[in-house]
Amino acid sequence: MSDPILTVEDLSVRYGGSPSPAVNNVSFTLGRERLGIVGESGSGKSTIGRALMRLLPTADITATTARFEEVDLLGATEREMLKVRGARMSMILQDPKFSLNPIRRCGDQVAEAYRKHFSCSRSEAKSKSIQMLEAVQIRDASRVYSLYPHQVSGGMGQRIMIAMMLQTNPDLVIADEPTSALDVTVRLQVLKILNDLVAERGIGLIMISHDLNLVRNFCDRVLIMYAGRVVETLKASQLDQAQHPYTRGLLAAQPRIGGSRAPLSVLDRDPKWLEETQA
Amino acid sequence: MKPVDIQDMSIKFGALTVLPEVSFHVEAGECFGLVGESGSGKSTILRCASLLLDQWRGTVKIGGVSVRDMNPAERCRTLQMVFQDPYGSLHPRHSVRTVLSEPLKIHKFSDHTNRMEQALIDVGLPVSFLDRYPHQLSGGQRQRVAIARALIVEPDVLFLDEPTSALDVSVQAEIINLLVRLRTEKNFTYIMVSHDLAVIDHMCDRFAVMKTGKIVEILPREAIVGNQATHPYARELIAASLTYENAL
Repeated sequence: MSDPILTVEDLSVRYGGSPSPAVNNVSFTLGRERLGIVGESGSGKSTIGRALMRLLPTADITATTARFEEVDLLGATEREMLKVRGARMSMILQDPKFSLNPIRRCGDQVAEAYRKHFSCSRSEAKSKSIQMLEAVQIRDASRVYSLYPHQVSGGMGQRIMIAMMLQTNPDLVIADEPTSALDVTVRLQVLKILNDLVAERGIGLIMISHDLNLVRNFCDRVLIMYAGRVVETLKASQLDQAQHPYTRGLLAAQPRIGGSRAPLSVLDRDPKWLEETQA
Repeated sequence: MKPVDIQDMSIKFGALTVLPEVSFHVEAGECFGLVGESGSGKSTILRCASLLLDQWRGTVKIGGVSVRDMNPAERCRTLQMVFQDPYGSLHPRHSVRTVLSEPLKIHKFSDHTNRMEQALIDVGLPVSFLDRYPHQLSGGQRQRVAIARALIVEPDVLFLDEPTSALDVSVQAEIINLLVRLRTEKNFTYIMVSHDLAVIDHMCDRFAVMKTGKIVEILPREAIVGNQATHPYARELIAASLTYENAL
């Protein structure tokens, strides 16, 4: 892992009015790899993504380092961030139903994202966008280009979002639960497309998810978060050998196909987990 | 324990036929699963059978009696439903006590306090929770209250519409254990909608695979491992779930 794309040290985020931080002293580096962040709802995993994109204007964000390539993410002015956000780092959100503008054609929204960052003619942006829609395996891309979001299925909507986010050729993509709104059969396709594009273009990927199976199959490394802290960092292939009782608890609580029908083990939360930080 | 028998259920929403003609039989005390992609009509079956939708044709018999022939009170005493989203299914300004006492009043039960306390004990919540409001409860606790509300009228059949899909894995495990325990303790018949085959495999005896309103195949739970389905869509769905899970 030479020359990290993203370096984060001691990132803390506190929402206005909240007594305790939502993210507490999180450190990690990201190279050209796929990093998974897992945890329960409220563990602060999405907050990390949003804080890095500087999408939390009212929250109090502190860090010793938060560097994306040469950009200091916390020190950069908003004008500088506009050049980074969407162009060099982009974010895929959970539900295409809520993230696409319902009253504009899908294709125009993809083209707009491109035109924001590259000066080119409308027709050029359109042909680029159609190419990109083809790259995410949408058949008949020129027809889909002129459809409205309510006319496309959830899986297709999510592929349109992926097209929009990857079109500017970013170095870092943050995918915030990209497939949890999709059916199992579609989920695999979408993940495969995302995975292939990320591999092909050498993009660094942060996959935020609550699904241990997903990160196990689609990531290289996994951060496990509990109550705003990283409790454990593991290679995805070694997830079974997790040491921390929280990770083991999560793994054991998952029902498995062909597993025994004995009662599932239930997570026994130890207050000590809140005290310790990662060694 | 009562069996559920659904014959030729069909419903249209305007020009769209949501369920063309669905028939299946659930044995008394069985846990029957419904799986399929979104929009395949899984939840619609439950909504029709519980008469939340009543513009459908066909017959649904519970313990040999058609749901249409039961009066509303009798029907509600026979079947109860637990919904997907515990954040949406509890009234935000009703305390747990109100939520639980309402069905007792409607069905003219006596001894409210004891029954409410017993219902909370059954779902593993402390009795002191009676005076809490939904916003003071976590997602898992809310779902337990929703289950308690269904239990309190002592039904025979429970319809579970994705009871755990809004919850985290760790909380899901608690709710699944609770549902499994309640079924053995109280001899419920369950019909459960889920999109997660691992959950179906853990809880159900048989399950139906649905696509565009039709049941394409009814399979025993054992058919999941090794993918013994014969219909192409059922095979695809099971294969996708197995790949996704990267089964042990």
